[in-house]
Amino acid sequence: MSKTYDKKATLAISENGLEKTPSKKRLEVLKTYKIYIGGQFPRTESGRYYIATNSKGEQLANVCLSSRKDFRDAVVAARNAFKGWSAKAAFNRGQILYRIAEMLEARKAQFIEELIKQNSSKSQAQKEVTLSIDRLIYYAGWCDKYQQIFGTVNPVASSHFNFSVPEATGVVAAVAPQENSLIGLVSTLAPIVAGGNTCVILASETKPLCSVSFAEVINSSDVPGGVVNILTGKPSELFSQFASHMDVNAVVYCGNEELVQKEIQQKAAGNVKRVLIYKDVNWLSEKGQSPYYILNLQEIKTTWHPIENIGGGGGGY
Amino acid sequence: MRTTTKKEKKTSSKSNGVPNLPADRQELKFNSGWEYAPAPESKSHIKLKDRYELFINGKFVKPSSGKYFETINPATEEKIAEIAEANAADVDKAVKAARNAYERIWKKMPATERAKYIFRISRMIQERAREFAVIESIDGGKTIRESRDVDVPLAANHFFYYAGWADKLEYAFPGRVPSSLGVAGQIIPWNFPLLMAAWKLAPALATGNTVVLKPAETTPLTALKLAEIIQESGLPEGVVNIITGFGQTGADIVDHPDVDKIAFTGSTEVGKIIQKAVAGTNKKITLELGGKAANIIFDDAPLDQAVEGVINGIYFNQGHVCCAGSRLFVQESVYNIVLRKLKDRMETLIVGDPLDKNTDIGAINSKTQLDTINKYISIGKKEGAEMYQSSCPIPGKGFFCRPTLFTNVAQSNRIAQEEIFGPVLAIQTFRTDEEAIEKANNTPYGLSAGVWTDKGSKIFNLTTKMRAGVVWANTYNKFDPTSPFGGYKESGFGREGGLHGLSGYLNPQPLKGSK
Repeated sequence: MSKTYDKKATLAISENGLEKTPSKKRLEVLKTYKIYIGGQFPRTESGRYYIATNSKGEQLANVCLSSRKDFRDAVVAARNAFKGWSAKAAFNRGQILYRIAEMLEARKAQFIEELIKQNSSKSQAQKEVTLSIDRLIYYAGWCDKYQQIFGTVNPVASSHFNFSVPEATGVVAAVAPQENSLIGLVSTLAPIVAGGNTCVILASETKPLCSVSFAEVINSSDVPGGVVNILTGKPSELFSQFASHMDVNAVVYCGNEELVQKEIQQKAAGNVKRVLIYKDVNWLSEKGQSPYYILNLQEIKTTWHPIENIGGGGGGY
Repeated sequence: MRTTTKKEKKTSSKSNGVPNLPADRQELKFNSGWEYAPAPESKSHIKLKDRYELFINGKFVKPSSGKYFETINPATEEKIAEIAEANAADVDKAVKAARNAYERIWKKMPATERAKYIFRISRMIQERAREFAVIESIDGGKTIRESRDVDVPLAANHFFYYAGWADKLEYAFPGRVPSSLGVAGQIIPWNFPLLMAAWKLAPALATGNTVVLKPAETTPLTALKLAEIIQESGLPEGVVNIITGFGQTGADIVDHPDVDKIAFTGSTEVGKIIQKAVAGTNKKITLELGGKAANIIFDDAPLDQAVEGVINGIYFNQGHVCCAGSRLFVQESVYNIVLRKLKDRMETLIVGDPLDKNTDIGAINSKTQLDTINKYISIGKKEGAEMYQSSCPIPGKGFFCRPTLFTNVAQSNRIAQEEIFGPVLAIQTFRTDEEAIEKANNTPYGLSAGVWTDKGSKIFNLTTKMRAGVVWANTYNKFDPTSPFGGYKESGFGREGGLHGLSGYLNPQPLKGSK
């Protein structure tokens, strides 16, 4: 693995014209791709790793092969963060999502580079990154509006004031799409947290680099620790735990494998989880965003209160 | 029953009048000076057959099994009628009829016409409201006051409300074009037989789906009477099919490959089985399951109203209510006085003949359910909680249970954790708002909650922090067709009632060219 990097490092430095002779070249500092739990970047507790490669088989990085224990730790972090995040002012959540977009904009170059490493063409990579930024802005704007679209005041026949509002479902465990790893991750994550939920997301197994880097963006965007937790690893090892964990309220599966879908739905019944299967969604298209993605992870709460009706109403003054 | 009331009067008349004691020690003797003359609702105007067949494709047909089961009056244990038991072949026939009606008629019908059929059904229920109320009370054991004033009018109103939605669906889903799903399989419980049928049928029909509905085995009669109305209404054959049977019939509906949607109301245990059973299929599913609702009284609450609300919360419909306020949390400073008032109010409740208009608590729905309730009462005692029951007489025949409460209850007690589905209240105390919220939410259920306080800001603090789908503040157990109902967590998902009740029966597609 180090061979690939050494070569590139030498090349880059020579192109910059900083160093002419290989013997004096500065050695590039390689990034350790770690997971993101509770606002921190631990390695997987299991100590396991896998090697992310590109389509030519070149090795890109050692990536954490997260364990079930990592997932359980992440759920604890997400549960602890839920109370604060769901109670935050909707306006404030909007500001924070906007901040994520700002941070991503500032680090565009890095994400484009990582996507190119993971087989995207330059124009594809540019498109995916700018679209991801715009999608975050889109959901930032929704944070304090979906309640007005999906909430109702209900004209009950009795003397009561009655209204229904959407509230966050709770802790969401999500398997992000394998393809389009950045826009897929952003499109899955943004509506979850815009709606006041906290989450544990499993990044694309084959293209994990920008997911880890995205965690760094989140970490510098005023998102409280634990609201977003990002794991890397194999869906085949973790999806069943996502569905069976008793402190998870909903599971999102972005993928087309029917057997996985079935097993998730079966195990989810253990505590009546909400299950969302996003099959064949082109996250690069406009269909990849909508307030209904927020609504899908909301509970409708209806509140009743009596209205005093002395003397049968009528003009009261 | 009346003779025992007189006996009761004699014994309690010794201490007539209210002694001069502090408020929390005063005892009111309601039974001492009062006697109610029987006020039974007449059964003369109801029409019941001895035997009911399956309602498939617009006709009443014999079950292919040839088997029938009895439905009894839980207040007298007498048989009312024989009911057909549908097997898998009957379910298949019903689903085929529904599919056929969906493809050939219902989904092509202009929505304005669809609406008029549903309006018509609503009107016909109103016209025959009294008959429905009496049959509901005979078959299920609920009091005539309740079936007359709550179940039947709400059922009719539900049809009326959703009828009007049929041609307005595009306004309910901004940026979406809603389309119907196809055939809906619906399974309903025995606690509100007609009302649950209305909650299921009305939105399904308004959204353009056809239906196979299965009422519970102990309470099939009003659904079958509704089938008669549907037949008379001229609703196209096969749009609504009503088939009767036990759990297996329900399982056959859930497993049928040509059903597009499953709507279930019942226990969380069965709900989980159904959720698992539809895994890997494309069936859309909504579940309205059990509950263990907290009813919270703060020291600044209007206590008499609160006590009235607690009584209504747990003893309404014999406690056979998924959203029953079965856990009471009282702030410590008012605990003694609330308990005293609660016991006094319990003492005034009349348990007995469901058809008597004076009756407050009717018959327990079945022997099985009475056994479950008694099992929990003995568990409560064994776990160290203190039981109190009112001293009211109960009839010698039929299934009855005195209103019951437990004090000295711990969070870990089974009577505080598990749904009993009977007139059994578990009382706990708290000191701070935070403690009340913590204890109230400490349950896998999340259907409903109640909050009693005079302070507006406290109401909204509590109502926003309750993890429950319906929160009643300074009231309890109120229902309305416009008001969405349904749970958080293990109390299920999806809503019934209101605008939100439409989405479980629709597939909203994005508008062309829109996001």
